[in-house]
Amino acid sequence: MTRRAAIAWTRVAVVVGAVLLLEVLCRTAVINPLTVIPPSAMVVALWEMLLSGDITGDIAQTFSTVLAAFIASVVVGFGIGALVHALPRVRRAIDPLLASYYAVPFFVFYPLLVALFGLNTLPLVAIGFISATPAMMIATLIGLDRVPPVLRKVARIQRLGRVRTVLSVTLPSALPHLFSGLKLALAYAFIGVIAGEFILSGGGLGYAIAYAYESFENRTMYGLMLFVLLTATVTNGVLAAWEAHIAARRRRA
Amino acid sequence: MPADMTAELAPAHATLRGVTRVYDTKPPLHALGPIDLDLARGEFFSVVGPSGCGKSTLLDVLAGLSAPTAGTATFEGNVVAGRVPDGVGVVFQEDASFPWLSVSDNVAFGLRRAGVAAAEVARRVDYSVGFMGLKDFAASYPAQLSGGMRQRVCIARTLVQQPRLILLDEPFGALDQQTRLLMGDELLRLWRETGATVLLITHALDEAAMLSDRVGVMSARPGRFIDLVQTGWARERDSRVVSDPHFGELTARLWSSLRAESMKAIGRPE
Repeated sequence: MTRRAAIAWTRVAVVVGAVLLLEVLCRTAVINPLTVIPPSAMVVALWEMLLSGDITGDIAQTFSTVLAAFIASVVVGFGIGALVHALPRVRRAIDPLLASYYAVPFFVFYPLLVALFGLNTLPLVAIGFISATPAMMIATLIGLDRVPPVLRKVARIQRLGRVRTVLSVTLPSALPHLFSGLKLALAYAFIGVIAGEFILSGGGLGYAIAYAYESFENRTMYGLMLFVLLTATVTNGVLAAWEAHIAARRRRA
Repeated sequence: MPADMTAELAPAHATLRGVTRVYDTKPPLHALGPIDLDLARGEFFSVVGPSGCGKSTLLDVLAGLSAPTAGTATFEGNVVAGRVPDGVGVVFQEDASFPWLSVSDNVAFGLRRAGVAAAEVARRVDYSVGFMGLKDFAASYPAQLSGGMRQRVCIARTLVQQPRLILLDEPFGALDQQTRLLMGDELLRLWRETGATVLLITHALDEAAMLSDRVGVMSARPGRFIDLVQTGWARERDSRVVSDPHFGELTARLWSSLRAESMKAIGRPE
């Protein structure tokens, strides 16, 4: 077995072990089942909700909101990142702001966003967008910084125009960092939207979890939590595998 | 300037006339010149000099990557004014292969972007990859190759475009001595095969003495030519010239021209 395979199997064993432990502790009432239901019951609850179609609307609302926030943050984050990269003075001015950005609890702006956009999904898109955009922007700046100057020289020697240089050399060279930005932007958009739905929303997975919590519907709450957890894990896993595939080609032997 | 700074082998393929480069720093940095040089068509010319003397700046000016502050560079009679002319290929010291492309795609890069027909691209790539001994690695990615092989990819990428002037900026600087000697042989073979004019920037006196028809020795910054050495080698030559007694004489002469300038460059003038 290779070292990487051994690490992967160890990781799976840790997760499976933790789930089994929780199952045993819940079944033996060491953990009060009124507080936490066994993982197997969570799976059953989720399966029933999915089959009944009860949460289809919430899933669609959350996913569409996350998608809108993600796309907007990637487009705007990349655009601003590229612009700031081309303007070193502006960059020097905003670098400290970017570095401390995630220290700001931007959920405090939620009431302001509701006042601005109304009580609909737009404030949630805005929260996801505000959460995700700096990640994409920072990744873009790092990616463009790391393009080796010699590759730009090669582009000039090949007499490529500005647009072709960007498309054929700059972007492919910066791709691993841009991909990290995409991954982070998706994660932050997801967190931002779900958290926003918790605070003030009439639908979506965050709202459904909060509603189930307030109604003491443990099975529903844990089923939904499991769904959110699985969605985040699977999405991140797929993106991580894709990222590793890109990186493997470039890794020096 | 010594009297024979320009080649006797007219007509000149590329020329530098009073080329000077001053960088717009505070205070301004006078990096190069004024320099005069004629490169004969099909000549192999090397430039040696102390670190920071402006060797790479000279190459950048001739390649059109950088415009001279004063003076004129020409290639095939046309002024090179900060724009890379057609027919010029450059190989850099750093690894300039594209890590996201396979060897064959790296080599085909420029041809595809120039709109060359696919069949012609395939034919020329196949030849260049084979010429540089990379046939078995055509589908490999640069990350899977050694430093020397990656540099071969870059040379193949230059070769495939059939340049008439090949500029090499310390292309073997990062390689070990044995690989450098072998790469030198490859370079000589390429030079003979293509008939291109070659300008090699190097810090290695033995490399310059082994490969070149002429070697220009530059002063410490601002770089100017202080000596020009005709090697007298036959066109058919390879790395075995290092065992020729004349090779020792050449490197000794180059070092005697260069020593005082190198001492100046490290702040210990004699």
